[in-house]
Amino acid sequence: MVTNDTSLKKHYDVIVIGGGATGAGTARDCATRGLKTLLVERFDFTAGATGRNHGLLHSGARYAVTDHESATECIKENQILRRIARHCVEDTGGLFITLPEDDLDYQKTFIESCLRAGINAEAISPEEARHIEPAVNPDLIGAVKVPDGAVDPFRLTVANVVDARRHGADVLTYHEVIEFERTADRITGVKLRDTRTGAVTVEHADLMINAGGIWGAHIAELAGVKVNMFPAKGALLIFGHRVNNTVINRCRKPADADILVPGDTISLIGTTSSRIPYDQIDNMEVTPEEVDVLLREGIKITPALAYTRILRAYAGVRPLVAADNDPSGRSISRGIVCLDHAERDGLEGFITITGGKLMTYRLMAEWATDMAMKKLGRTGACTTAETPLPGSEVDQAYGKEEGGIMHSVHTIQYPVGQRAAEDRHGSLSADIRYEGHDDHAVVCECEQVTVGEINYAVDHLHVENLINLRRRTRMGMGTCQGELCACRAAGLLTNAGICAERSMRDLSSFINERWKGMCPVGWGETLVEGQFMSWLYEGVCGLDQIAHPADTIDGK
Amino acid sequence: MKYDTIIIGGGMCGLVTGINLLKQGQRVAIISQGQSALHFSSGSMGLLGYTNGTAIEADPLSAIATLPAEHPYSKVGLDNIKRYLPQVQPLFAEAGVTLNGDATTNHYRLTPLGLLKPAWLTMEGYATLPAADAKTWGKTLLVNLQGFLDFYPKYLAAGLEKLGATTVVRTITLDSLARLRQSPTEMRSTNIARTLDAAGPDSVAAQINAYVDETGAETVLMPAVAGLFDETPLKALIAKIKVPLRFVSTIPMSVGGMRAQMLLRNLFHTLGGSYLLGDTVTSAVVEGSRVKHIYTHNLGDTPVEADNFVLATGSFLSHGIEANPQGVFEPIMELDVTADNGRDKWCNPDIFAQQNFESYGVATDADLHPLRGGQPLTNLYAAGAVVGGCNALKEESGAGITLMTAFKVAEQILTSKS
Repeated sequence: MVTNDTSLKKHYDVIVIGGGATGAGTARDCATRGLKTLLVERFDFTAGATGRNHGLLHSGARYAVTDHESATECIKENQILRRIARHCVEDTGGLFITLPEDDLDYQKTFIESCLRAGINAEAISPEEARHIEPAVNPDLIGAVKVPDGAVDPFRLTVANVVDARRHGADVLTYHEVIEFERTADRITGVKLRDTRTGAVTVEHADLMINAGGIWGAHIAELAGVKVNMFPAKGALLIFGHRVNNTVINRCRKPADADILVPGDTISLIGTTSSRIPYDQIDNMEVTPEEVDVLLREGIKITPALAYTRILRAYAGVRPLVAADNDPSGRSISRGIVCLDHAERDGLEGFITITGGKLMTYRLMAEWATDMAMKKLGRTGACTTAETPLPGSEVDQAYGKEEGGIMHSVHTIQYPVGQRAAEDRHGSLSADIRYEGHDDHAVVCECEQVTVGEINYAVDHLHVENLINLRRRTRMGMGTCQGELCACRAAGLLTNAGICAERSMRDLSSFINERWKGMCPVGWGETLVEGQFMSWLYEGVCGLDQIAHPADTIDGK
Repeated sequence: MKYDTIIIGGGMCGLVTGINLLKQGQRVAIISQGQSALHFSSGSMGLLGYTNGTAIEADPLSAIATLPAEHPYSKVGLDNIKRYLPQVQPLFAEAGVTLNGDATTNHYRLTPLGLLKPAWLTMEGYATLPAADAKTWGKTLLVNLQGFLDFYPKYLAAGLEKLGATTVVRTITLDSLARLRQSPTEMRSTNIARTLDAAGPDSVAAQINAYVDETGAETVLMPAVAGLFDETPLKALIAKIKVPLRFVSTIPMSVGGMRAQMLLRNLFHTLGGSYLLGDTVTSAVVEGSRVKHIYTHNLGDTPVEADNFVLATGSFLSHGIEANPQGVFEPIMELDVTADNGRDKWCNPDIFAQQNFESYGVATDADLHPLRGGQPLTNLYAAGAVVGGCNALKEESGAGITLMTAFKVAEQILTSKS
C-alpha cells in the first residue's frame, strides 16, 4: 500500500492544494521541473469536478462560435493528450448534428469558426453520418465531423500523480487544508487535518498553489484573499451500455443536454447548467427536473435512449470565475485564471490556478508552474506537452502504437480481465502481477477487474477504500453497480490489512454511494437492481446494522 | 388448454400454492419465467424478525396480531396463520427440504458478514444460534476454499469474536477445483457445489479434520457450497467432520435456495402439476369481475383457461410489478397497485432507510383478490411478494408472508370449488 508517511519533515518548494486533474497536473509539472513538491487532497483524487463531467476529449468545436480562445486551447490540448495520454484517450471522433428543429444555417458559421480555430471540421451528408454512427437520430438534416474523443479523467489524473511521484513529489490524500501558516504578508505553510482520523499536521513550503477548483474560493478565503467564483452545477445521466461509438453533439448554440459521449462500457448524456449558491457545492443531488431535461433532449440525439437502462445520475460543479472588476459575476469567463496574489492582493507565497476545464488541465498546470518558477527564481522549461504520461510510454513488450491507441500484442492468449487492465492502465499494467490462477480471478464481472489489478491498485495507486478502488479500476461502475463485486473487493482489502470493522463501514458507505446515483433514476431495471441490492446487503448480509460514515462529496 | 388453477409465477409462492392444490386433486399449471427469488436466498426464512427496527426474539405471533389491516398477514388472519404454520415443515420435508426452527421463538442466523439476523426456519446445515451469543461454538475454525472470493473470513472472525467465540482461518482445496480456478469466473458457489458434490466428502473432510486436529477447533464454519441438488452431500460431509460443521450463506447464487427451488419443483411434478418453464404471460382476458383466460409467449394465440388464477409473480425483483418514470404498474393485467404518485416519493437516497417502493404491490381486498379499477377480480388471487402493503425487507417477513398467503389462497380456491 502506498503510505502517506512523510515523517521526515521536509521543506517543500511548493505545496499544491487539490487532487483533481489541475492539481495533479501541476504537481507533475512542478516535480518534473525539479521543484520539491507536495500534493494535498482533502478526499480522494478526482472526487470533485474532475470526476463529474462528460469525459469528453473536446475538439474545441463546441466553443468555436462563442469562445474562440477556448476553442483554440482545446484543439491544441486535444492533440497533446492524444500523444501524452494515449491510454486515457479513445479516438471516437465526433459529430455535430443538425435536427429538423435546428437552424441548418448555423452549420456554416460553425464550420467557419472551427476552421478559424484550427479544428478540422468537415460537413458530411446525413447518410454518411448514419453510416458512421448508426445510433444517431435518423431524422438529422445535417452533420459535421470533428476530432472529438473520449478521455478517462480518473486515469488521466492518476497518471499525473504517478509521474509526480516518480519525480520525487510527496502525495497526501485525505488531508484537508484547514488553515494557512503565515507571517505578516506571506503564506509559509499549511495546517492539514487528516479527514479520516482528525489528526492535524503542518507542512511548510515557499509557495502554495491553490488548485482547488470550485473549492478554491474557500481555500483563498482561508488565506485571507477573495476570488469571486460562481458555481455552475451540471447534471449527467449514465446509460447502461455503449449506445453510441462516436461523440454526438447538437450543431447549435451550446445548450442543455446536447452532448452524448461513449466512455468505456457506457454512454453519458449531459449536461444541464444551473447556478447554485456556494454553500451548496458539496450537495450534488440531481433533481427530477434535471433528469427529465436530460432524457428529453438525449432522446432527440439518439432515440434508443428512450428504452436504454439508465445506470445512474450525477452532477458536478464548474468553477466559473468572475472578473475582478465585476463582483456581480455578469461577465463570467470559462477561460483559465492564474492569479499571483502578491501582485493582486499583496500576499506573498500564494497563487491560485482556476477556471478552465478538464481539457485544459495541462495548460493550466503549465501556467501555474511557470508562475511558480518565476516567483521562486528557478529556471526550467515545461516538458509536459511532449513527455508521455506513465501508462502511455511506448513499450514494445506491452503495447504498440497504432493510430494513437494502445493495442495489446498478446491479445489472443490473455484472459479478458488482463486485456481490460491493459486498456485501463496502458504500459503501467506491466506492474500488475499475475502469479497464479487466483490473480486472474475476476472480481468485478461487469468491468472485468481481476484480483491482480485490484492488488496492483492497492499497492501503487493510493487505494484504501472501495471508492478509491472504483475510481482507479472501474470496479463497480458497470451494470450491477457494485452489487456482486463490492463484497469481493472489500474482502480483498481486508486481506491487504484493512481491519474488518473499518472495511464493513467502507462497504456500507460504498453501497450507499452507488444507490444514491441510482435513486434519481429509480424505475425500470434500475429499481430492480436497487431492490436486489437491498435484498442482498440488508436482507442477506445485514449490512444495515453497520452505520456508514457521514456523507461527504467523496462519497457521492 | 384448460386447468382448474393456473399460477403465474414459479418461485416458492407459486410452487407451495400449486402443491397444496394438487394434493386436493386439482389440475394445476405454473407459468414461470425462470429464476426466482429463492436463487438469492440466505438459507433462512423470516416470519416476523423486526418491528420498528427492533429484533423480535420471543413470540413473533403476538407481534403479528398487532399489524395494521392492510398488512398481508392481517388479510390471512392470525387464526389461519396458526393453522398453516405447523403444515410448513412437513410440506418442505416431503419435497426433501429440511427446515429447522419454530414459530414461537425466533433464532438467529449468521450472515456472510458475521452479523446476526432473526429467523423463523433455516435450511439444514446453515449456521444458526439460539440467542445472540456464539460462546457455545467456542474455538471456531473458518474454512474457505482457495480462490473463492464470496466468503469473508475476516468479517466472520470479527463478528464471531464480538459474540464471544475465538476464531482461526484456514484454506482448503481440491484437485477438481483447480480446473475451475483456471477460468477467471468459474469459482462461484454453484460451480463449486457441483464439483464438491461429485467429488464426495472424503478429501474435504480429511483436510478439515486435519485443521481441527491442528487448531483444537470446537466448531467449523464453511461457505454453503455443498448439496446443490439434494441434502445428501452436505449431510455426508457434516457426518465426517469430528466437530459440528455449519455452513454460512454466500452472496448469490444461493446453493441452499436453488436446492429448495429444484426440490419443490420436483414435488410439484411428482404430484402431477404442469410447470411451463421459460414462458411469460403476455395478456389476460377479463370479463366482468373474472379472468377468463390468459395468453403466453410460447403458446401464442392458444388461450389458457382456468377456473381460478393465482398471481405469484413477486416484487420488482421478479417483475411482478414494474415502474417507469410515470408510475408503478402491474404489467400483466393492469391491476391496481399500492404505490405513491410521483417518483420522488419512491426512493430514499439512504439505501438502508425506509424505502417506500419496498412496500408497493398489487392492491387486494381482504380475501387477497386483486383490485382492478377499484373492483376485485373474484377468480384471481394474489400471493407472495406481489401483494402490497408492507416492507417485508425491514420486517424480515418476506418468506412468512409468501408461505402464509400461499396457504390461504390455496385454501380459498379449494373452498370456492366445493
